[in-house]
Amino acid sequence: MVLRQDGTQADDRPLISAHALTKRFGDFTAVDGIDVEVRRGEAFGFLGPNGAGKSSTMRMIGCVSPPTGGTLRILGLDPATDGPRIRGRLGVVPQKDTLDEELTVRENILVYGRYFGLSRAVVRERADELLEFAQLTERASSIVEPLSGGMKRRLTIARALVNNPEVLLLDEPTTGLDPQARHVLWDRLFRLKRSGVTLVLTTHYMDEAEQLCDRLVVMDGGKIVAEGSPRQLIAEYSTREVLELRFGEDDHGAYEPKVADLASRVEVLPDRLLLYVSDGDAASKTVHDRGLAPLSMLVRRSTLEDVFLHLTGRTLID
Amino acid sequence: MSAVQHTDAHRTVLRRLARAIPIPAGAGLARTLVERNIRSYRHGWLTLVSGFFEPIFYLFSLGVGMGALVGDVDAGGGRMVEYASFVAPALMASAAMNGAVFDSTFNVFFKLKYAKLYDSVLATPLGPRDVAVGEISWALLRGLLYSSAFLLVAAVAGVVESWWALLTIPAATLIGFAFAAVGMAATTFMRSWQDFEYVSLSILPMFLFSATFFPLERYPEALQWVVQATPLYHGVGLVRDLMLGDVGVGLFAHVLYLAVMGLVGVAFAARRVERLLLT
Repeated sequence: MVLRQDGTQADDRPLISAHALTKRFGDFTAVDGIDVEVRRGEAFGFLGPNGAGKSSTMRMIGCVSPPTGGTLRILGLDPATDGPRIRGRLGVVPQKDTLDEELTVRENILVYGRYFGLSRAVVRERADELLEFAQLTERASSIVEPLSGGMKRRLTIARALVNNPEVLLLDEPTTGLDPQARHVLWDRLFRLKRSGVTLVLTTHYMDEAEQLCDRLVVMDGGKIVAEGSPRQLIAEYSTREVLELRFGEDDHGAYEPKVADLASRVEVLPDRLLLYVSDGDAASKTVHDRGLAPLSMLVRRSTLEDVFLHLTGRTLID
Repeated sequence: MSAVQHTDAHRTVLRRLARAIPIPAGAGLARTLVERNIRSYRHGWLTLVSGFFEPIFYLFSLGVGMGALVGDVDAGGGRMVEYASFVAPALMASAAMNGAVFDSTFNVFFKLKYAKLYDSVLATPLGPRDVAVGEISWALLRGLLYSSAFLLVAAVAGVVESWWALLTIPAATLIGFAFAAVGMAATTFMRSWQDFEYVSLSILPMFLFSATFFPLERYPEALQWVVQATPLYHGVGLVRDLMLGDVGVGLFAHVLYLAVMGLVGVAFAARRVERLLLT
């Protein structure tokens, strides 16, 4: 394996490449002909609302769901014929923890390692390292059930690393965790990335995507609607800054024509107006000069969330 | 270079062969799932103990206790044996069936629907065939333990008539295999715990009416062929002939019936696991 931080030439061939990848369940098309390439050593994200096709894509990459159409190559191999070989080199962190509740924390790692055909001596050694990594050494002989959500998540990740995977697939890694637990988890994922593991994750948390991903795609309705680094996406689909205006009235729509010329785009929300502008301070000064007196004005940088809502809409998807 | 091409060609041929057989893929790692179950049972050893005592209680209550009232029975071909010797092999065969069915239905259902064990197992190199083979092997291993213990107790109780009886251990294992395989296949169709009534509904009559507690000749003639069609009848017949030292070619029919049942069950169970989880 060629690692980037060694200073050696990185392998340029994509680790994962999908072309016109499609997944249908009966009449329903979950993934609708996507093209994706993931390179060695990067952290790659699939962003999208629920039902966008993220998890279906992850399952196909994890070789537990045969594609309906298109081509998929993982580590240069075809999942249809080399599933076990590919899975042997992947680590999978599913959306819901599927820890073995009949076993202890340490046994979870030991047994999982054996599924990869590793020797008992190797899994024992790996288990100690991974418990340390997941900050679970003190809980090694505890059963799984009473662990906190964050601990279970860390154990799931530790378990997925037992075979020293080249690619770690994480499906919504921090959903349902409290902020402290999320930050601990992000820290662990950073370390993994630094050590050369390729991360592929899905999320609908924009801060997570901005924190972790070098490159990402936004999915909606089974299709890829945007692709790039977080910064590129913000530059392409939003403005540098956003000016938020709150007025003391219910109908914010009435103010839209008065400020429309100041921004490249104005969004009307029930409680405020969002003005997408390049210079927030200048825009707020003009608002002031025009005699509009909002209750509050806030200038902030554009985030991925703005991009996301712009691309996938504000309608609730259940 | 040519060696590489050779192994590649070799692999392609193997792959084509594998795809031609209707058994889903596996990585030959089924034993690791058995290991997992052994570890899990270290925490819950009590269930192991209960499976051991049940047939032994039956043996003393029905065989030894009630047998004293019944007298000798015709064990086939006009050979008269004590009732305890007649019923002991049937209890051994039934215990093998019960243990295998319990493991491959309740336990597998829990792992499949609630613990989601196989979802995480299938994310590793293991395939659906490994899952089926692993779980069924585990049911067998438990059966092996129970039947060895039962044979020992039966021998001490003096109801074992022949050295052929040693072969009842592999015979009971074969019974376990047949029932575990079909049990697991059936479990993949279960929607809720309520569906397990069907399991009891098929197990209980077999336990009572497979020439277990009285000889086949006692059944009305019209029903005799129904009894002979059930798998436990063949299990009981196999174990009884061996325990009484009544060895003949007829044994092969029993063995063949159970072996085919087991193999079809494994292939079917593996396919169903694939259908359910690898969508």
